[in-house]
Amino acid sequence: MSARIRINGRDEPLQSATVSDLLASRGIVGNRGVAVAVNGVVVPAGAWRERALAAGDEIEIVKPFGGG
Amino acid sequence: MGGTTGDTADALSIADRGFASRLLLGTAGYPNQQMMLDALAAAEPALVTVAIRRISLEPYAESLVDLVGGRYSLLPNTAGCATVRDAVLTAHLAREALGTSWIKLELIGDRETLYPDVEQLLRATEELVKDGFTVLPYCNDDPVTCRKLADLGAAAVMPLGSPIGTGLGIINPYAIERICTTSPVPVILDAGIGTASDAAQAMELGCDGVLLNTAVAKAHDPRRMARAMRLAVAAGREARLAGRIPKRSQAEPSSPQLGLVGG
Repeated sequence: MSARIRINGRDEPLQSATVSDLLASRGIVGNRGVAVAVNGVVVPAGAWRERALAAGDEIEIVKPFGGG
Repeated sequence: MGGTTGDTADALSIADRGFASRLLLGTAGYPNQQMMLDALAAAEPALVTVAIRRISLEPYAESLVDLVGGRYSLLPNTAGCATVRDAVLTAHLAREALGTSWIKLELIGDRETLYPDVEQLLRATEELVKDGFTVLPYCNDDPVTCRKLADLGAAAVMPLGSPIGTGLGIINPYAIERICTTSPVPVILDAGIGTASDAAQAMELGCDGVLLNTAVAKAHDPRRMARAMRLAVAAGREARLAGRIPKRSQAEPSSPQLGLVGG
């Protein structure tokens, strides 16, 4: 079985080497207000390029929505 | 802003910031984006609340940050979070996403009433204050809870008027007034506002500000209701500062009793 990661609560095959690669593959690079956490820890935008992804990682990708 | 003289001197002060307005407005549930922008323009809010949510994996059109981020100070929330862990992580993500350490802390204990989970709220407040956040917790209309939150370092307390989205107004004015009298930090009435008189009442009871969303977003004319809320908050504040007359059980004529025609 291939390595898998969890992105926003969904299991997916691990196909990206870094956070940067993952965001690029989803077409969400350059969006203002996007934030990423890996395994419960925020990865600042400046570190997306270096942050490697490994099998079993749990990733949250969020942005602001309308809220009260 | 505000329209009346003295507003500048009467600024709302939370933590290290001053605000010309005492109205905080949410960005959820408007019929469309233009109506939201019109409502924000009419409300002239001190802070504009936003939620932090998982990005949809479909291509996305316009970013809320691009839309309102330049013109208004954004206050992210942890709406919907039910555990300390999720609320704290959401706060950290919000800080990264928006570059603000201010957070409206919501910890929901019950899906039906959306009442706060006080025990978890206290723990999350303590943790986020230690992490350097300016924490504004949405909380019960309970003076004891509010005092504990302030003791833990909350920058303001935000007791509910009535459950979120109900529009029932302030169902326990006694408790709200009591909180305003005793709180060492600003009190922002949060949730339950249905119409302008509710917002005015909150200010008359001594609240430092009012946070609302649904009452404007779901009004027939959101822009007009936003303006009504701005005026109501200002009117209620003026009335509070002016000092209302005591309530009496007997009538007392306001016109002179002597010199009546035919007397």
